[in-house]
Amino acid sequence: MSAARGLPRWADMLVLPLVNLAAALLISGIVIRLVGESPLAAFRLMAVGAFGAQDSIGYTLFYATDFVFTGLAVAVAFHAGLFNIGGEGQAYIGGLGAGLVSLALGGTTPWVAIPLGIAAAAAFGAAWAFIPAWLQARRGSHIVITTIMFNFIASALMTYLLVNVLIRPGQQSPESRQFGAAAAMPAVHEVLAKLGIAFAPSPFNLATLLAAAACVLVWAYLWRTPWGYALRVVGQNPQAAAYAGISPARVIIVSMLVSGALAGCLGVNELMGSEHRILLDFPGGAGFVGIAVALMGRNHPAGIVAASLLFGALYQGGTQLSFDMPHVNRDMVVLIQGLVILFCGALENVFRRPLAAVLAPLGRRKG
Amino acid sequence: MELESGASTPALELRGIDKRFGPVHANRGVSLRVARGSIHGLIGENGAGKSTLMNIVFGFHPADSGEIWVHGSRRRIARPRDAISAGIGMVHQHFMLVERFTVLENVVLGAEGGARLSGGLAAAREGLGRLGREYGLEVPLDAETGRLPVGVQQRVEILKALHHGADILILDEPTAVLTPGEAARLFRMLRRLRDQGKTVILVTHKLREIMAVTDRVTVMRQGAVVHETSTPDTSPPALAEQMVGRSVLLRVEKSAARPGKPLLEVRDLVVRDGLGVDRVKGVSFALRAGEIVGVAGVSGNGQSELLEAIAGMREPSSGAVIVGGRRLRAGEGPAGRRREGVAHVPEDRLRIGVVASFSAEENFILGYQDRPGYRRGPLTRRGAVRAECESRMATYDVRPPDPALRITAFSGGNQQKLVLAREMDCGPSVLVVGQPTRGVDIGAIEFIHRRLVALRDMGKAVLVVSVELDEILALSDRILVMAGGEIVGELAGDRATEEAVGLLMAGVRPGAQP
Repeated sequence: MSAARGLPRWADMLVLPLVNLAAALLISGIVIRLVGESPLAAFRLMAVGAFGAQDSIGYTLFYATDFVFTGLAVAVAFHAGLFNIGGEGQAYIGGLGAGLVSLALGGTTPWVAIPLGIAAAAAFGAAWAFIPAWLQARRGSHIVITTIMFNFIASALMTYLLVNVLIRPGQQSPESRQFGAAAAMPAVHEVLAKLGIAFAPSPFNLATLLAAAACVLVWAYLWRTPWGYALRVVGQNPQAAAYAGISPARVIIVSMLVSGALAGCLGVNELMGSEHRILLDFPGGAGFVGIAVALMGRNHPAGIVAASLLFGALYQGGTQLSFDMPHVNRDMVVLIQGLVILFCGALENVFRRPLAAVLAPLGRRKG
Repeated sequence: MELESGASTPALELRGIDKRFGPVHANRGVSLRVARGSIHGLIGENGAGKSTLMNIVFGFHPADSGEIWVHGSRRRIARPRDAISAGIGMVHQHFMLVERFTVLENVVLGAEGGARLSGGLAAAREGLGRLGREYGLEVPLDAETGRLPVGVQQRVEILKALHHGADILILDEPTAVLTPGEAARLFRMLRRLRDQGKTVILVTHKLREIMAVTDRVTVMRQGAVVHETSTPDTSPPALAEQMVGRSVLLRVEKSAARPGKPLLEVRDLVVRDGLGVDRVKGVSFALRAGEIVGVAGVSGNGQSELLEAIAGMREPSSGAVIVGGRRLRAGEGPAGRRREGVAHVPEDRLRIGVVASFSAEENFILGYQDRPGYRRGPLTRRGAVRAECESRMATYDVRPPDPALRITAFSGGNQQKLVLAREMDCGPSVLVVGQPTRGVDIGAIEFIHRRLVALRDMGKAVLVVSVELDEILALSDRILVMAGGEIVGELAGDRATEEAVGLLMAGVRPGAQP
């Protein structure tokens, strides 16, 4: 049995992404060489920076959590045949929801503030996705265009709110006041400390459990429920969906609501889990990285977790690298990340044919 | 260039043509000799490899191995241009014409004869006049091609091939879009071409056409040539047996219908398409329990739109669809039809009836995913779905009986059997079927026809829309003929003849002045 484009499933899921990753690292290595550093030393620094110590592992997992949320958001929309580029804006507005609840309920108990904060993050993210979804479903406005525009609108709206409304009185930088303690998502090192286990401090917090639960729920929703079935039918063949009595408009709206809610949960990790205040630009591009994560993870939660870990490690390891190597600055790290996105995303199919040719004799012997 | 001489040199000879597409072995060492000045039939089921073979001859795909000899000299054909220069022309099932061009412009396309178009056009006009007279292929040279009837467009394709110097003409399923009258005219033209020394290869899956027009016939099965004979020495049952590999029943055995009360009524139905054109113009009929009603017509005369409106996939602009005495409201859609016990097998199975990337079992619940038997709370009961799919696959003889296999891994016939199984599984009172055997092999046709008759004998109502006249004649207890969006005639199934239906299909009303 072979996949649509001639690769066995396991190779499509595992080997191809690894080959693409290797190609990206090869080019990165050449660039690092050109600026006069040793590629091997650089990669070793990155690996150590991402996994070498408890706190670096914590940071890696913290970033990976962001990417799981935004990656799942892209994947759910993708299965419905929609390219949601608005994860960034939905995450931003989701954070506003989490932040407003946290500011209001920070003085209550965590059992009230945290669930309501999560609910608000999801609801705000979903609401931000609803408008492009409605425009697509009822007016035919292309969702790629509208979600991109909504990223800008979200950014402008948040700047306005932070500069004019939410800013802490008597302060220059556009940030809200600190949340109350009840709205703090417990950090993992604090939880472990209570259990008597020492773990170096990092922003790694229990929002990661929420991300894990989201993975399982998305998987069950898409592949184990009639609603997920309907969603995938619309994504694969809208005409068959109409034939089956499934309303594409309804699926478009529901899938975008789910997608926006998932992206919105990034606000739980970033704001309630780490920053404890609302600040400018906290999604930091994670919404866009989610597109690469979903693509590389084959729009499946398991793949998304793996790709998120990779990108989390690139973020954390890259930060470390720019500290330690004089000739490798922050832009060089962005370049490496960009190459990974380029090879795993845009150039994903470059190695498909050669790989299929290499693997073909294998398959024939088995078959 | 190697040369062979001799009076009996075939016009086209293929030696050991072999072609694989990944795991599919489409042509297995095919050898074929087509005599000069003959009409040679190439027949086989869908997927037998006949189209692949002809596409190799015309240079669309390169063969993995094998040789092509034209008039005794070996030719390397890597592109259509090579084939054209070797004197081979091909008329495709779907015409390759620019609709907005005039006939003349289309004919010179690819053979413009220099940088200045006017010279080539003038030369072509003269040449075409001669060709037209010679072969009875008269066409209006200055008409816009897209406005011409399909039969005339096909003549343009043939003329184009001849104008490009074709000596060997390949026609791929040429009658699929023609009325019986137009098909008869085409066959007369082909005979004339042959008599003038041209060589014609007719690719088809219709036994009747092979018998009507060819001199010799080659049967392909599973990528290989399994039989070759002179046409007068064979018979339709013998050819069918060669095509399928076992003996098949070409007739549908059924008793007389015992129609009961009307289950589905259509009243004054008008269906307008996206361009504002009325495709169905006030159609009324009743479908009764225990009968099969066939809707005949040349493709594109409103049958598809009628079927879609009845199935709820298209809102009629006026008129009513009444099921079990209740008039269906606008917006009830396909889901509303299913609730009322109307099941629908769509015309275009791959585009509408199945989801190509899904497995057989996932396709098996398409449209029925919310049925109580298939879910427990929010979850799909995958075990129940698989068990039901497995048992239905056994009943409907779907091969291979593997519910987890991707639907596109099944042959057309097996896909269609699975769709029928799905739609009949819910115990419908009315079944509307579009092109029940399109892209389906002969062996499966027999099975599907028997199933439809069995459903009728259980007292259900069946509406069959098909462009295959044979199928309509074989299955129907009553035949409605559509032309130009209207029902132009109704005939009793046991008394209808091909000629009578064919005249109605062409829009000639009984009793009208010719």
